[in-house]
Parts: sequence; structure tokens; C-alpha cells
Amino acid sequence: MTTISEQIKHVIDTEPVAVFIKGTPDAPACGNSLRALQALWQAGAPIAAIDILPDPRIRQELSALSEWPTIPQVFVKGELIGGADITEEMLASGDLRAKLDEALGAEREQTVRTIELALPTP
Amino acid sequence: MATASIRALLEQAFPGGEIGVDDRTGGGDHFQVTVVSSAFDGLSLIEQHKLVNAALAAPLADGTIHELRIRTKGTA
Repeated sequence: MTTISEQIKHVIDTEPVAVFIKGTPDAPACGNSLRALQALWQAGAPIAAIDILPDPRIRQELSALSEWPTIPQVFVKGELIGGADITEEMLASGDLRAKLDEALGAEREQTVRTIELALPTP
Repeated sequence: MATASIRALLEQAFPGGEIGVDDRTGGGDHFQVTVVSSAFDGLSLIEQHKLVNAALAAPLADGTIHELRIRTKGTA
């Protein structure tokens, strides 16, 4: 089984838009996770959401990789764009849509998926 | 008070900057910080936020800050 860190890296590298949140898109457990999801949705992003709550190691490994201390964290094509504040600011300025257009094309599909990591026993 | 120590950390990291710290819920752990500083001139938003996160690394790591909202602006 691959390590949590390897799985996180794989998701970031392969998902067009990956967002690490508390809870799920159906039931976000934090207002900031909801704000990031809503901004991405409004920008027409294909969202792949990963819940960090099932295991504290997910957040530890994620922040070690991204050098970003807080949740949510939004990645577009493997690049960290920021948390809820930056994602909202970029939506308001039009930069988020422009970034998605540039990275994924304007004809992208607007979807929401949840990705579950396979957690190795501690 | 957490608000005062967060303000002190930001003032230290951004000398001469315009600093705002708001305890959003009154509970002393959900904060909105605003920083206007020439240190942000020419930087992308994510680079600006990374500087703020770095300035507040200690209270973020030890749980003093449970939730942090950041607003940054350069002076250029």
C-alpha cells in the first residue's frame, strides 16, 4: 500500500482541480471549506474533493508537502493556488475562471467528486 | 490576549505596515487579519498569504489560531 503522502501527491498531480477540505461537498464541516467549494463551483471547475478529517495524518502530510498551514487547500493542475480567501478573491476578480480556462480549457466539465484515501494502519 | 500577540507578530514581520486583527467570533481563536504592506509589492496573492502564514506560524501550529482569514494588499 502506498503511503498517505504518496497518495496525496498523486491526487494533486493527477486531478485537474483538487481541494482538500474538512468534511465532504455534501456536508462541509467548516465554513471555509464551503467557501472554497462554492467559489470553485461558481467558476465552473471539475472539483475533486478530499476530506482531511478521517485521519490527522492527512492534514500533517498535506501541509508538509504544500507548505500551507490551513485547510482548505485548492490545487489547479498540481499547483497550490491558496485557501478559501484567495479562491474567493480570484473568483471575484475573474482570475479564477481565467486560470481554469487556461489550465483546462473553456469547454471543461463542471463536476464534483469525492476521493477517499486508503489509510494505512498506523 | 491572542489578538494582541497576533498583532505584535504581524507588526514585527511587516514593519510600517497597516495591520488589522479582528476576533471574528469573540472566542479568541477565529481571526481575520488584514495587512497592507510594501512587502507585498510585486508578489502574487499566494506569495503574500505565505508571508502572513509564516509570520503567524507559531500560533497556527500550537492551535492558538483555530481559523485564519487573510486579506493582503501591497502599497504600489
